[in-house]
Amino acid sequence: MTNQISERTGSADALVIEGLRKSFGAQEVLGGIDLAVAQHEVICLIGASGSGKSTLLRCVNLLERIDAGSVWLDGQLITAPGVDENLVRRHVGIVFQSFNLFPHMTVERNVTLAPMKVLGLSRDEAVARAAELLGRFGLDEKRADYPDRLSGGQQQRVAIVRALAMRPRLMLLDEVTSALDPELVADVLDVIRELAEGGMTMLIATHEMGFAREVASRVCFLADGQIVEQAPPARLFSEPSDERTRRFLRRITDAGRL
Amino acid sequence: MEAQGPPQQALPDLTARRSRLLGDSSRRGVVLSTTSTVVVLGVLVAVFLLAPGSAQVRHTFFNPTDMWKALVGDPKAGYYSVAEALWLNIRMFIAAEIGILIVGLVVAVIRQSTGPVLLPLRVVSTIYVDVARGVPLILIIFAIGFGAPALQLTVISDQSAAVYGVAALVISYSAYVSEVYRAGINAVHRSQLAAARSLGLSQWAAMRYVILPQAIRNIIPPLLNDFISLQKDTALVGLLGSIEANKAAELFSDTEFNYSSYVVAAVLFLILTIPLARFTDYLIRRDQARRLAGAGQ
Repeated sequence: MTNQISERTGSADALVIEGLRKSFGAQEVLGGIDLAVAQHEVICLIGASGSGKSTLLRCVNLLERIDAGSVWLDGQLITAPGVDENLVRRHVGIVFQSFNLFPHMTVERNVTLAPMKVLGLSRDEAVARAAELLGRFGLDEKRADYPDRLSGGQQQRVAIVRALAMRPRLMLLDEVTSALDPELVADVLDVIRELAEGGMTMLIATHEMGFAREVASRVCFLADGQIVEQAPPARLFSEPSDERTRRFLRRITDAGRL
Repeated sequence: MEAQGPPQQALPDLTARRSRLLGDSSRRGVVLSTTSTVVVLGVLVAVFLLAPGSAQVRHTFFNPTDMWKALVGDPKAGYYSVAEALWLNIRMFIAAEIGILIVGLVVAVIRQSTGPVLLPLRVVSTIYVDVARGVPLILIIFAIGFGAPALQLTVISDQSAAVYGVAALVISYSAYVSEVYRAGINAVHRSQLAAARSLGLSQWAAMRYVILPQAIRNIIPPLLNDFISLQKDTALVGLLGSIEANKAAELFSDTEFNYSSYVVAAVLFLILTIPLARFTDYLIRRDQARRLAGAGQ
């Protein structure tokens, strides 16, 4: 299979997206996205609902088939025909807005399922890996609980741990705090902050502008299926160059969210 | 402070208007509904007892002596115990149920599959479900029961009527049950599949560990409903000559010219099906309670 994967020499980037296009029926959601994410970089994607942030993340995880363009992961073209999407997904973790924990499994089983069935870890190894991660994020006592016994914030932290248990090279976070009650948001943001400090490469779609400003090395503003503007947060938030970015940030400011 | 909002008028009385018949006590309602039910049932029983042929019907259908004889059987007189024959129904039911659960699941998973490799199997499964659901069970029983022996193959053509009957039941019911499975699979939210696949699980592993366990939990009540119906339909295998409860009852009536044996068979089938029906109700109630508890989170 390796011979079918194009090598892209000389690139140290964790993720490179070139000319990515994706339509649903007649509606074009992504109209040519170019983005390079360096190792250990944290990129925040901002933009109005429907601007294509989620679709972009799902394309990187190969949950959506792209219409045109290419995506490289650590120098390997993952959108080429013949690439095993299951192998790609081992290295790319994604966390969804709606948690999507498996309701019929305990927290521990949620976390150990993929390491055991995909990576072939023994039960003991997987349980040890889960225990280490759950402990690190304050979920020790929840190991034997079913997801419906957990608060939204706890469920989302378990979902993050579940993705981390695969030891991914890249984490994709899709508005992971949007479905949470306000008082539960901080716990989840703490987890992401810790991941960023630990050097995890992340692509984060978010509505939390304050958080983006604090944690992102770069912020990309999406509108009309394009990355309209990208810059370090300090510059993008204080002196946006594009009129659409200015309008979006003004609306956010008026709503008291910045 | 001045009152805000629209001018306040006295709120009219909001107490429900009472039915004159029921009055204001719910207890009287219960008494009334109980009485009317008893009256209706009483009228039906009276019509049965007072009908011109009532005595004759009671003698041919509800004769205690004949009922007892049919229940215990007398092979020397040419008929068998209906109760013993029911044991064959139970064994056929259990064998068929296991087969149906497996075949139905396989057909459902094939029909839910995507990708070009399984396309021929998908076409075959779809045709199978259409045909097996469309053809009356009794015809399938005849086709297998008389067709398989006529083929003169080894093993396949040398089975007992009960085996052919079970095969026919599996063919017919698996088609229905595969649709129940499919409904259960479709009821599991798509995001569960996305979450499983995003962790690197294959389509098959996602199905096995994430989708099917949730789907099967949802479809236990409708599955049990189909099995209640299956319990009764084992009686149709008697058409192939197996001495199951219905056939035993028929032999009794042929010998003794009394139909009380059929009533015995009916009661025995009821004893079999009613516990399963109550168990289904219990599962549905428990599931509802769990859903309510879950919604409160």
